[in-house]
Amino acid sequence: MDKDMDSKQPNRRKFLKRAAVAGLAAEAVRSAKGQTPASPWREKGTSKELIAYGERSRFVTSLRAPVAERPSPDMFGLMFHVLTPLQDSVGSITPSSLHYVATHRGSYIPEIDPKQHRLMIHGMVDRPLIFTMDDLKRLPYVTRVHFIECIGNRAKPTHKTVQETHGMTSCSEWTGVLLSTLLKECGVQNGASWIVAEGAEEIKGASSIPLGKAMDDCLVAWGMNGEPIRPQQGFPLRLLVPGFEGIFQTKYLRRVKVVDRYYMTYNDYGHINPDPKATALGNQIGPKSVITYPSGGQQLAGPGFYEISGLAWSGGGAIRSVEVSTDGGKSWKEAELRTPAFPMAHTRFGFHWNWDGKECVILSRCTDELGTVQPTRAQAAKYFGKTLTPDFRVPGADNTVQSWRVASDGSVHNEFA
Amino acid sequence: MNSLKCLALATLLGLGIASAQSPTYGVGRKPAAEEIRAWDISISPTGEELPPGRGTAKEGESLFKQKGCAGCHGPTGMGGQAPALVKGGPPPGQTPPKGMEGMHMVPDTGIMALRSPYATTIWDYISRGMPLNKEGTLKPAEVYAITASLLYKNDVIKEDEVMDAQSLPKVNMPNKNGFADMPVWKHGVPRLAGYP
Repeated sequence: MDKDMDSKQPNRRKFLKRAAVAGLAAEAVRSAKGQTPASPWREKGTSKELIAYGERSRFVTSLRAPVAERPSPDMFGLMFHVLTPLQDSVGSITPSSLHYVATHRGSYIPEIDPKQHRLMIHGMVDRPLIFTMDDLKRLPYVTRVHFIECIGNRAKPTHKTVQETHGMTSCSEWTGVLLSTLLKECGVQNGASWIVAEGAEEIKGASSIPLGKAMDDCLVAWGMNGEPIRPQQGFPLRLLVPGFEGIFQTKYLRRVKVVDRYYMTYNDYGHINPDPKATALGNQIGPKSVITYPSGGQQLAGPGFYEISGLAWSGGGAIRSVEVSTDGGKSWKEAELRTPAFPMAHTRFGFHWNWDGKECVILSRCTDELGTVQPTRAQAAKYFGKTLTPDFRVPGADNTVQSWRVASDGSVHNEFA
Repeated sequence: MNSLKCLALATLLGLGIASAQSPTYGVGRKPAAEEIRAWDISISPTGEELPPGRGTAKEGESLFKQKGCAGCHGPTGMGGQAPALVKGGPPPGQTPPKGMEGMHMVPDTGIMALRSPYATTIWDYISRGMPLNKEGTLKPAEVYAITASLLYKNDVIKEDEVMDAQSLPKVNMPNKNGFADMPVWKHGVPRLAGYP
């Protein structure tokens, strides 16, 4: 048994064991490897993180946090909005445990037995159908990387970190069957123009979605980042409406009704606006980017080389380019895309920067495959004929440029215009 | 064999659209009419999904207390911890709990019975989302009554008007023309041409 286990251990472990057997002093072991172990070597692999379900290092402490505006859980015990720590993000995928969580009214997390879960498709179809989870998994599936962002993801002057200004966006690899596959299986009737997607949670959150979008790229997903979707993200089934606001990404999906009008459910009620332009800027997220390092609350060690890093995404398609300015937007230079630019997905960008130690303002802007450029708050205010003050609220989904001020002491701050 | 294939092809072509929409995978089962009815809870502005039942503002007023609505929304539908439901603002001197200021201080323009373009949306939300922790337990007649009460308290309907599947969609909402149409979504088209 001992020998069997030993054969599966890394060489270093073998070396340590042999060294101990040979009666070598610990000092000799350290010098032989040229380093000092930071903590005692674990001998037994009985705990959850070693065998059953891995956990991150205790030295990694990055955590989600509730929005400042409303505690979670709130006084009713409801989960409201919880923010992803983008300042610590790496690459383009958000770890499932750190994915932002948002609920419209505030919600509990339902405990759904996937064996009992059903998806019904009905309404203006030739053949209404009910699918079990097993049924759905028999069908051809796709795996795609998509971000989800809440419409409430907008920077405020009081925000200090990128977690506060932008933490309601996250990106995952989703696996599931295309909604179009299911709708074709049911046979959509002439005259249909919308669908209503509804969840199974206590409030049965429902949204109206254009049929064109439903047939284009919506995904009835059960997989997320290599495992079943997490309960906070809609286990066992979630509708992905790529590039649309978070509220459309219906969790605990149990029903899709094909209809001929906008249904004005309670979720829809939150979208209506007297201004056609502001309405047009809702639903789908525009091209958006933010520098995550260096970002608000972080500290530069001193003048010298730094890799500026950030995320760009768009509801209109793939990111085509990202530009970075280190002089407050006077001049722009092209950043490098560091991850594949998938449609409607976070895309990591990087930019080489030599900081001269003087106070400066750094910012990024992106362009998506439609050629749409991320606007500044000043541009948005001008478009709507408003004066730019800190109170100016960008209509629709706020995709404006975020500026960070790097002070001469290396501290980084939200530069809100 | 070949002639059979030809026959099958001819049949397919003859059926036209119907055959083009025949199922590809044959996975899933047909729901019973009762199964559809039980889940068909999103209410269209036409009210076609509204179930039988009726209620008045007076009945709604007592249900508002009985069902615990008053506990969160305040005894008169305002001044509670949950969003105000009746116009006029919170009682003077009352301060909203920390973190709940936005919900508590709903301006009249944000009161659902005044803002919503359709009375069906109020019914939809009460039916699916209320009361907290007992969602889905209200009977249709109770939802009609509470909806009637909220509409009456905001001067949208008269006290004795009966709300049911026929009358509710016809309520003349003050903000019925207050909103822009939803944009027509098309693949590959920017949200708003020329913005910014």
